[in-house]
Amino acid sequence: MNKTDLLKRYEDMKEEARQSIQARQEKSLVLIGTATCGLAAGAMQVKEDFIREIETKGLEAEVIEVGCIGHCYAEPLAIIAKPGYPAVCYGNLDEGLVHRLVEDFLAGDDPSYEYAMAALDRNDEFPTFEDFPRGVYEEKMILEHCGLTDFKKIESYIANGGYEALAKALSEDPGFVLEEVKEANLRGRGGAGFPAGKKWEACLNNGENEKYVICNGDEGDPGAFMDRSVLESDPHLVIEGMILCAYAVGSHQGYLYIRAEYPRAVEHVREAIKQAREKGLLGSSILGTDFSFDLEVFQGSGAFICGEATALVNSMEGKMGMPESRPPRLVEQGFRGKPTVLNNVKTFAYVPLIISRGADWFKSTGTSESPGTAVFSLVGKINNTGLVEVPMGTTLRQLIEEVGDGLPNGREFKAVQIGGPSGGCLPESSLDVPIDFDSLHEAGAIMGSGGLVVMDQDDCMVSVARYFLEFTQHESCGKCTFCRLGTKHMLDILTDITRGEGDLETLELLKELSEDVRDGSLCNLGRTAPNPVLTTLRYFYDEYRAHVEEGRCPALVCRDLILYYIKPPKCSKLCNVCVGSCPTEAIYTREDGLKAIDQDKCVKCDNCRKACPDEYDAVIKLSPPELPAEKERKAK
Amino acid sequence: MLQLKEGEKEEILACVKEVLGENSKTHENLIPVLQQVQKKLGYLPVLAMEKIAEGLDVPAADVFGLATFYNQFRLNPPGKHEVKVCLGTACYMTGGDITLESFERRMEIKESETSPDRHYSLERVACVGCCSLAPVVVVDDQVEGKVTPTRVDGIMLELEADRDGPAGEESGPKEGGNSEQD
Repeated sequence: MNKTDLLKRYEDMKEEARQSIQARQEKSLVLIGTATCGLAAGAMQVKEDFIREIETKGLEAEVIEVGCIGHCYAEPLAIIAKPGYPAVCYGNLDEGLVHRLVEDFLAGDDPSYEYAMAALDRNDEFPTFEDFPRGVYEEKMILEHCGLTDFKKIESYIANGGYEALAKALSEDPGFVLEEVKEANLRGRGGAGFPAGKKWEACLNNGENEKYVICNGDEGDPGAFMDRSVLESDPHLVIEGMILCAYAVGSHQGYLYIRAEYPRAVEHVREAIKQAREKGLLGSSILGTDFSFDLEVFQGSGAFICGEATALVNSMEGKMGMPESRPPRLVEQGFRGKPTVLNNVKTFAYVPLIISRGADWFKSTGTSESPGTAVFSLVGKINNTGLVEVPMGTTLRQLIEEVGDGLPNGREFKAVQIGGPSGGCLPESSLDVPIDFDSLHEAGAIMGSGGLVVMDQDDCMVSVARYFLEFTQHESCGKCTFCRLGTKHMLDILTDITRGEGDLETLELLKELSEDVRDGSLCNLGRTAPNPVLTTLRYFYDEYRAHVEEGRCPALVCRDLILYYIKPPKCSKLCNVCVGSCPTEAIYTREDGLKAIDQDKCVKCDNCRKACPDEYDAVIKLSPPELPAEKERKAK
Repeated sequence: MLQLKEGEKEEILACVKEVLGENSKTHENLIPVLQQVQKKLGYLPVLAMEKIAEGLDVPAADVFGLATFYNQFRLNPPGKHEVKVCLGTACYMTGGDITLESFERRMEIKESETSPDRHYSLERVACVGCCSLAPVVVVDDQVEGKVTPTRVDGIMLELEADRDGPAGEESGPKEGGNSEQD
């Protein structure tokens, strides 16, 4: 097939897709975000409400499930696209609001802007997402269509120019794809930032006939969900990226390794693969050329270590997911002993964009060493939790204060944790660090897969370090002594510190052990596991000291170092809320009618403090755990 | 480890036999076989793992090794009501551990255990993926956001109300169902 026929075949396909999408857009559309985050917030109920209301009114409108638009703080949310009006996004939906939107907007002509978050198209009436500070900093590449496109229909993807890159690439030599990716300096988004082009080239040069392309969707970071969102919301983008990679390196079989904990991602990807096969975009002789490539989904059994390349391959071969020493690298000897390219979900997702828009377009965003964008899941003590995509080089301060809209209720920023269990905690003074692979590494954190947790004065850094270490210790595969035993001992030491045991020497020992574990482990799990400890020791040493020297937890978190106390002057005789809230009957009424806590029974569950009405606010935490002596005597 | 109920042994043996019959007996098939058996039984009883080891001619230690290495496999039967407490970063920061402890106290079991009457099972999971709702608990596949200890009590009331048999009966089925630690 010659070049012209190939491109024509694609153009016809695109035209057909566009027409079917256009026909759909002639009536009103309600797009409901039903990614995992939306579902958790009740998106299915909202969908039912919309369908019911629309039916009752006998309206011509279609309700479509879409993926994640990234504004998780406002879930459940929906976008209403009515012909003649700008598409408008509404958040925090409930039955009443749905009723009103259907009645006023779909049936009437009032877009109810007072409930709208933003418009999606430029217009004269209502601001768009780009008009907010977040929109100014955000630049969407791989998330461009997430949450706006119908993931169940390949036509939506094609009508937006999907698979155009594939048609373009197939009309050129495989070398064209490789050159563009190399020229774009696309660095692996799995965390380490290894140039994808180099990896592909090495695989290509290994000359064997049988080669594999594997997509790493084993996103195991607790608190990160970027890969899941991309797979759920725009699966074809990843699939197209993998086909392009396969074309470049000469592979005919690929696998998407997806966590079993992401059932919706698995489901959406499987459906997308099926539709791509039907369209002749996947399988044998793609788009009529003699290039063939097929994809399968492999469900991971759930082990954090399987995010490591060699461990992932081992687990695909039916073994325990233990890493191997490299070399041989996967591009030399990978899955079934054959050359294998393994990249992260996001890395593949950039490829179609680079091929269709060119390497220069990609490089025009971000920094020279780390071009392109970075995707973060923004969580913790921040107003706008959700999924954000910003150019590399944006500072952490911009990301937190502008894009994330700062901390809620005027809370004070304390630290930001980047990169999950392998990353580090950075303090206020590091906020002007630009986000790119190298700068973050220098500051002691890593880019990681992109989890970003904001912490405030109520978060104890020792406890946070302990939390991450508990996670890595549990997930350590047990191969290397330093990682297996070292992390265990580190965890023991940290646990002691949270109990106020130990002294300054303990802290020295912890630091020493951290460095040993870092140096003595084979894979990145062990090598980076001490990062949360090392960075908190470096930036928050005073907090560690307060624990061991004073038996005090400054953030009032470590439960062995605090007690709950009801301040008599603030407590009211007329209120009994705390008594009922206590699960262990530790709260009693004193002779004077005020309440007090029996410290022997108290399990420090925080119920009473939450239950105490705001106007009294009488329950407080004290650290070190010593009752104010005089007042307690009065109580008796 | 919970004791088997009456008739359960036969059920396990039949299931393992069926799954082994459907798969070629190679070491490579160990994970798929374990996955299929777990899908049918809801968990991997010791007996099943022993039989699988025999059937595939691999050391029982290898089977235990895999089953304990991967988080997907569970060694306790699921309770009638499964509660999963998320302890991802965001949930931990907002008090997920307190929520977990509240469940442990109310159910009188520890995480990754099943109550002797098999009414409840309690697990911790790494991240459900809806961090903006932290702390999150998944009750029988239904996600509950912002779960405080007070809400735990509410959830427990709902689950307690769903006991079989006459109201007021404190424990589950008498015959063979109640069991002690192995």
